[in-house]
Amino acid sequence: MRDFSYVRADSVEAARNAAALPGAMLLAGGTTLVDLAKCGVAEPSTVIDISHIEGLDAIEVDADRAVIGALAKMSHVADHAGVKSHFPAVSEALWQAASAQLRNMATIGGNLMQRTRCPYFRDPQNFPACNKRAPGSGCSAIGGVTRGHAVLGVSEACIATYPGDLAIALVAFDAEIDLGERKLKVEDFFLAPGATAEQEHDIRPGEVIMGIEIPGSAAARRSTYLKIRDRQSYEFAAASAAVGLELEADGRTIRDIRVALGGVATKPWRAREVEDALRGKPLDEAIVRKASELAMGGAVDHGANHYKIALAPRVIARAILKLGETA
Amino acid sequence: MTSQTHTGQTIIDPPEDGHFRNGGATNGSIAQPSPTTLSIHLTINGRDHALDIEPRVTLLDALRERLHLTGTKKGCDQGQCGACTVHVDGERVLACLTLAAQVEGRSITTIEGLADEDGTLHAVQAAFLEQDAFQCGYCTPGQIMSAVACIREGHAGSDEEIREYMAGNLCRCGAYPHIVAAVRQAAQELRS
Repeated sequence: MRDFSYVRADSVEAARNAAALPGAMLLAGGTTLVDLAKCGVAEPSTVIDISHIEGLDAIEVDADRAVIGALAKMSHVADHAGVKSHFPAVSEALWQAASAQLRNMATIGGNLMQRTRCPYFRDPQNFPACNKRAPGSGCSAIGGVTRGHAVLGVSEACIATYPGDLAIALVAFDAEIDLGERKLKVEDFFLAPGATAEQEHDIRPGEVIMGIEIPGSAAARRSTYLKIRDRQSYEFAAASAAVGLELEADGRTIRDIRVALGGVATKPWRAREVEDALRGKPLDEAIVRKASELAMGGAVDHGANHYKIALAPRVIARAILKLGETA
Repeated sequence: MTSQTHTGQTIIDPPEDGHFRNGGATNGSIAQPSPTTLSIHLTINGRDHALDIEPRVTLLDALRERLHLTGTKKGCDQGQCGACTVHVDGERVLACLTLAAQVEGRSITTIEGLADEDGTLHAVQAAFLEQDAFQCGYCTPGQIMSAVACIREGHAGSDEEIREYMAGNLCRCGAYPHIVAAVRQAAQELRS
């Protein structure tokens, strides 16, 4: 790890000023930044420690909305009674992510800034070509071992999978991210690689994530996060789905449905085709399974990740049908 | 280097031959000139320690290489195995992904601080012995620190829950069934 200067910011203003300096990076929980500095991927000249700023870790939840400060820990949000009752998919996405230790360290703001786990991205010594690290250098994953790589939102420049869980639930329920001077949809905060794989987030130098806001809804209250992976716990998703469901008074017609996918796309992936196909339809297994297939429109595989095209619709369908069984 | 604790006891840190060296955590990358040296105080197991460190030094390296508190183990050094689990302000975290400078002002507990002053083992330590919850023992300090927190968090209510909330601690010997038994036993004892 290359050495760096360490500065503790005691206010958001100080953090913004410091973050605008070239080579400066913000440190919150450290689970991404310290890890990537050890890999040689992150080489900050100055690390701005924002973890001691007061008042940025509040969690306020009622039926109308959840407002969560950027420095709230993943574990605290996952265990929050209001989050569990009004936004169960958010709690489930959080406690199924990483490990208890990492969730005690990692913050909500830092979670949204986590980088891909693409093994080529994480290994600059052995794989110099990576358009995310070095724009224009190429992609070592294409033609390499691709079992974990994305099938949706890929480009010729990059097929790295977005690794997170929380953001999948956030895009399903139209959450916003607060950057201080401006707010934007979490869905728009994440950028698909296109020809500019190095740009992963719509965030500008000097901006600091203040927190997120999730609007309450009937679908958010009746929601779940289903994560399928190679081992039962402490693993990234092979495919995952955040799903919310609201039925009409007849108890079987779908009034509102939300579907977002993790583990299969280059960014948190809202599956609006599935939602559109199911709104107004009866909650019936055959209809749900057929509609879930629509999520894979435009999917492109690179051999070893072909299984994700078959897996993801099954994950969506299982999550919807499971929700249908709950009262 | 000396420092005063709240009890007035003076701790003398180890000599500089225990100094953190490049390469321990850096995989042999070329040493860059240090932009700064930080003078920090860490509160570990209730005692205050003064340290001069480079900003990049992790809590794990500070504990092991500078303070010779080698109970906290370095397994993967990249946040994937849990061997370096310690408590910061009572919550379990990974010392390998925590910068030492970042936890100045926080209260740190390591495996060395778990037993009573008179040597009486913590209930979780005793349960690990009784249940034979290890083979080689390398992951054990991390397992125990994680288990203490797991029980305190209220996440040891069933074997299934114990397995889920202990998943961040890998045991390459595969002692998992006995580890779950030890956590279950300690949780019952601590509840009663």
